[in-house]
Amino acid sequence: MTSPAIRLRGLRKSFGANEVLRGVDLEARQGEVVSILGSSGSGKSTMLRCINLLETPSGGEVWIGDERIELVTDRAGRAKPVDPVKVQKLRARVGMVFQSFNLWSHKTVLENVMEAPIHVLGRSKAEAKDEALSFLDKVGIAAKRDAYPAQLSGGQQQRAAIARALAMHPDVMLFDEPTSALDPELVGEVLRVMRGLAEEGRTMLVVTHEMGFARDVSNRVVFLHEGQIDCEGSPAELFGGGGSDRFQRFATT
Amino acid sequence: MDFPFLWQTVQTLSAGIPLTLLLATLSVSIGVVIAITIAATRLWGPRALQQAAKFYVFVFRGTPLLVQMFLIYYGLGQFEAVRSSFLWPVLREPFWCAILALSLNTGAYGSEIVRGGLQSVGHGQREAAMACGMSPWLAFRRIVLPQAVRQALPAYGNELILLCKATSLASMITLMEITGLAAKLISDTYRVIEVFAAAGAIYLAINFVLTRLVAFADHRLTAHLRPVATGKPAPDTRLTGAKP
Repeated sequence: MTSPAIRLRGLRKSFGANEVLRGVDLEARQGEVVSILGSSGSGKSTMLRCINLLETPSGGEVWIGDERIELVTDRAGRAKPVDPVKVQKLRARVGMVFQSFNLWSHKTVLENVMEAPIHVLGRSKAEAKDEALSFLDKVGIAAKRDAYPAQLSGGQQQRAAIARALAMHPDVMLFDEPTSALDPELVGEVLRVMRGLAEEGRTMLVVTHEMGFARDVSNRVVFLHEGQIDCEGSPAELFGGGGSDRFQRFATT
Repeated sequence: MDFPFLWQTVQTLSAGIPLTLLLATLSVSIGVVIAITIAATRLWGPRALQQAAKFYVFVFRGTPLLVQMFLIYYGLGQFEAVRSSFLWPVLREPFWCAILALSLNTGAYGSEIVRGGLQSVGHGQREAAMACGMSPWLAFRRIVLPQAVRQALPAYGNELILLCKATSLASMITLMEITGLAAKLISDTYRVIEVFAAAGAIYLAINFVLTRLVAFADHRLTAHLRPVATGKPAPDTRLTGAKP
């Protein structure tokens, strides 16, 4: 049996006195799509950001594949990774899609997708371009390859950002509320792309408010409350009334 | 006004243009490196270096350039330690003293412009770079700095013009650039108006070309902020960081 794509053990994170994550245990198997739900402030985005070390966990273990990210505490009492270069390498294997897209505004869509493969993975320009075009085609914006991010709609930007993440051939993809900054009529086009990725068998962790996506696309739903996992299970279980009372109230509002 | 003399003066002073341009380009080049280093230090450096950088900017912006030039040219030679150091062959040359003063001065002003540019780049830009596995240095070089430069260029253009004119102060430490030649010509001919009018016209011409170059660079670098082909204006995401 292969090791899980992502494993969190007793993950904790505090910002000053504010304890955002209070011991989260989570596993995502290869090819699994996990939706992470929770009201705002429940720590779901922080949890996702701890996985690729955009936030440094205050305690607990983060495993990506069979590699553990080791942390030490510096003199000021802050946790930091033992080996920053190893963290960079792990990040290259974990794709991240942000709520606010974060496309590089001085680069065209095509350049955005080619940038990291060339400068991080060391691909040749021609190779990176071929691949980038195929990924842009896959998310349906190949026609916009020479546009700059500011010239695109939010939905187009987010699809470009997904192509950028795909271009790194990540083992796992993290989505941090990918549709929350979109106008309602643009949400669908992004969700369709994500559904397509799920059907390809990609490992995905998705922080979302889209109940439909959680119910119909994911293999597993995790409900966070005040920095802990309140309940988890298959969508059928949870949305069929099997979750906690708190989840039922959350899901019906 | 004596136009034949004016024309002759322009020709005489033109001999100083290469030196003026050399002073300007060399100190701008050194100054830009100083400016980026100081700006990055002030934003992300260790606390002690931040304070040192702040102090440097405070001193070089707060004192006249002419005073700085005099201190470097006349002042440093007073110290035996400087005269016996390996730097003396450089520091005894008025040219290098002028370069040093101009570079340090424009570096201090430039660092504030660059700092503003760096701060204008949204945090998410760097974060996205890190998330792709870039090292901090690669993210700075490929993502943050190019955007900061685009942001800072109009203000930096201003600084370039100021520096170009400030090279005239080098005449005070014996350099025969445009103003130095003008001063010499006046002491020979006593014709203040024609000579300084000619000198002014030459600086004006240089700065005209300079402003065109900056505008051209600005145009080339800000394609991502221009309206799309449909004629719909692109939203200015520099201010809001928001989606269009």
